[in-house]
Amino acid sequence: MSQAAAHAAPGAHAHAETHHEELPFWRKYIFSVDHKMIGLQYGFSALAFLLFGFTLMMIMRWSMAHPDQPVPFVGRFLSENGALTPELYNAFGAMHGTIMVFMGVVPLAVGAFGNFVLPLQIGTVDMAFPKINMLSYWSFFVGGVVMISSFFVEGGAANSGWTSYPPLADLPGAGPGQTYWLVGMVFLITSSLLGSINFIVTVIQLRAEGLSWFRLPFFVWAQFVTSFLLLLAFPPLEAAGVMQLMDRVAGTSFFLPTGMVVGTAQYTSTAGVLEGYNASGGGSPLLWQHLFWFLAHPEVYVLILPAFGILAEVITCNTRKPLFGYRSMVYSIIFLGFTSFIVWAHHMFMTGMGSTINAFFQTTTMIISIPSVIILGSLFISLWGGSIRFNTPMLFALGFLPMFGIGGLTGLPLGLSYADIPLHDTYYVIGHFHYVVAPGTIFALFAGIYHWYPKISGRRMNESLGKFHFWGSFICMNGIFFPMLIQGLMGVNRRLYDGGTTYADPAFTADNVYSHVAPVLHFNSMMAWSAWTMGLIQLVFIFNFFKSMVSGEKVDDNPWKATTLDWATPTPPPHGNFLTRPVVHRDAYEYSVPGHKTDFYPQHEA
Amino acid sequence: MIDLLLKNASRSGVEIDKLFDLITFLVGFWFLLAEAVLFGLVFRFHRSRSPRALYVSGEEKHQKRWIAVPHVLVLLCDVVIIAGTMLVWSHVKQQLPPADAVVRIGSQQWAWVFTLPGPDGVFDTPDDIARVNELHVRSGAVYHFELTAQDVIHCFSVPAFRLKQDAVPGRLIKGWFAALEPGRYDIQCAEMCGIGHGLMAASLYVEEKEQHARWLQENAAPPRELVAFRFPNP
Repeated sequence: MSQAAAHAAPGAHAHAETHHEELPFWRKYIFSVDHKMIGLQYGFSALAFLLFGFTLMMIMRWSMAHPDQPVPFVGRFLSENGALTPELYNAFGAMHGTIMVFMGVVPLAVGAFGNFVLPLQIGTVDMAFPKINMLSYWSFFVGGVVMISSFFVEGGAANSGWTSYPPLADLPGAGPGQTYWLVGMVFLITSSLLGSINFIVTVIQLRAEGLSWFRLPFFVWAQFVTSFLLLLAFPPLEAAGVMQLMDRVAGTSFFLPTGMVVGTAQYTSTAGVLEGYNASGGGSPLLWQHLFWFLAHPEVYVLILPAFGILAEVITCNTRKPLFGYRSMVYSIIFLGFTSFIVWAHHMFMTGMGSTINAFFQTTTMIISIPSVIILGSLFISLWGGSIRFNTPMLFALGFLPMFGIGGLTGLPLGLSYADIPLHDTYYVIGHFHYVVAPGTIFALFAGIYHWYPKISGRRMNESLGKFHFWGSFICMNGIFFPMLIQGLMGVNRRLYDGGTTYADPAFTADNVYSHVAPVLHFNSMMAWSAWTMGLIQLVFIFNFFKSMVSGEKVDDNPWKATTLDWATPTPPPHGNFLTRPVVHRDAYEYSVPGHKTDFYPQHEA
Repeated sequence: MIDLLLKNASRSGVEIDKLFDLITFLVGFWFLLAEAVLFGLVFRFHRSRSPRALYVSGEEKHQKRWIAVPHVLVLLCDVVIIAGTMLVWSHVKQQLPPADAVVRIGSQQWAWVFTLPGPDGVFDTPDDIARVNELHVRSGAVYHFELTAQDVIHCFSVPAFRLKQDAVPGRLIKGWFAALEPGRYDIQCAEMCGIGHGLMAASLYVEEKEQHARWLQENAAPPRELVAFRFPNP
């Protein structure tokens, strides 16, 4: 709060601040407490992690199309004969999931966009707790370093899936990489907790004068609800992570049942006989799954809600229209937040946990479709009567709508216990959640990057390259993920290092055997090509991103003619953000107001 | 419709597929409708055809209808499919029809061990038949299975049977299946279980009555070490 109090005197103070700005390099760019610099730190780190996580997947996709063959270019770093071994495949798979979710998408959606845009949109000078904000980034950074370094320990990185189900993840066979994973997760979770409490206090305490709750941009609502999800859902996983860590290093057995036999070693009720390892039994493997999914389902909404927020900004701005049913959307997103806490066990229908509990969780899962339909429907209808500008951010936003539609609707059968029987743990699941997160959330994040880039840098990204990036990514994304849905319906399992080749082996499938895999095995090759092309297209984005920093078209403070307060600052926003303290006079999206001289009526204009 | 992609060879699969078709129809309807609306709007309200936007807040009562009506319809669809789901689930997983035979399924890294009681129909007798990675059953008969894992979580999955059940160490999980027609089908492990997960395949042989009886007679003397697979007490 001291920061807020210090900035209580507006105007003159902000000017004074610009003179004080000569901080040493390490205070300004490294251990910065400025929300914008922290946002950028989050953004660059997260984009780098996303690229790394995607690179892992390009290698895995190639390997699934050509199992046990040496991987071109990078093979010599992988194994002796250059092939991606099952051990490495499992490690890459687990780390791809972990990196994309916990180190890529969430830090970009919440850490970067939330930190940079949210204080601007509510018209404040900084976060409520700037030092906690800095600590949040550095905790994230340490977590990331621990995760990445786990690739270089003996036995490689964690290889039990990003879900780390015990007993598999508990056993010594999982290697030290799993211990690194758990320690890394503790840092990443701590980072999210520090960040989310900061966001919540900032939104409650530091809104500009006149900025009542229902005048908040939808982006702020989305970040606000997201913060509650992070704050309330992550602690159980942090506890579970520590419990699994204790199972691994201190001989407890929170997740190990009595009477396990691993290989020839028998776990008794007195002490495990496996060398250097004790386990008394009495634990439950399903306990982990409950604790894990208690976080990981709300986490799905942590991935998607900030994307809804970005979409609301981009769509209103580029249709030149208010958001359709703003209040319904706000109520829906709050309801969505609450409900996301009581759907987790739909990930566990196949564990044999009981029919009553299945019935409960599938019902809540169907209920949660209602607010999602309202939000998505409102975004669709917002287009009606608009004057749609097809710039790059808008293309990504419009690409999001049908892609997220596929993602959401394909999720429906998975939420129903009986339909989950054929689909559970098949490629259908992979296809479903990638449609939600990749051409869904990541498209929204791209829309956000193109949308706020002019505010951050004072220059616009190249439109032609941006459109090429959109169409290329759009086609490749579908080339990767649509075949997965079909493979999954055919019963091809996920997490097979050979992409299912074992089940289509002619020797195995001889004499009128019914092979469910054989007809769709060749899809692996198409998906690999799509993934590699997709990688090439991202190079265009990277080029555009850096090139536009030096030679992009220069723009004024409000290039998109938007209404929210983030466009009322100088460009780039100085330390302290606003030249004069903004006062809000109206709703967030007052576009095309009848009788007003321009087609946008900014919140701060008297 | 799903059986056009993936053959169904079990009794419970018939029911699952029927409801699956209904869901596919409902989901497909909403998806196509939404796409049509999206493309229509994007075309109609392109800047060149609609130079000035309308000021529509969506907060008026007659405007809210556009959200309220679809949302009630979706709710209706939800109710229908939840009811259907509970019915099918109870038939497939909850109520076990009377058994013609019982099979014990043990799983470990990375193999399946299937134990049939042998010609005498009683477990834990010398004529028990235990086989690694191959399961022989009689077409049309209702089999109860008792499933467990001895090390990590595995998942017993037969795609052509629409059959899937996690095998959890320390637990014995019961279920049932009944094959519709003879043939050889894939059994796979559907839960990540370590480096051999992708190779944990087995075969399900569905045989006619006489053929199966002959197989039971011929194989009634099992290799001893396979019988030693440990089962927890139910």
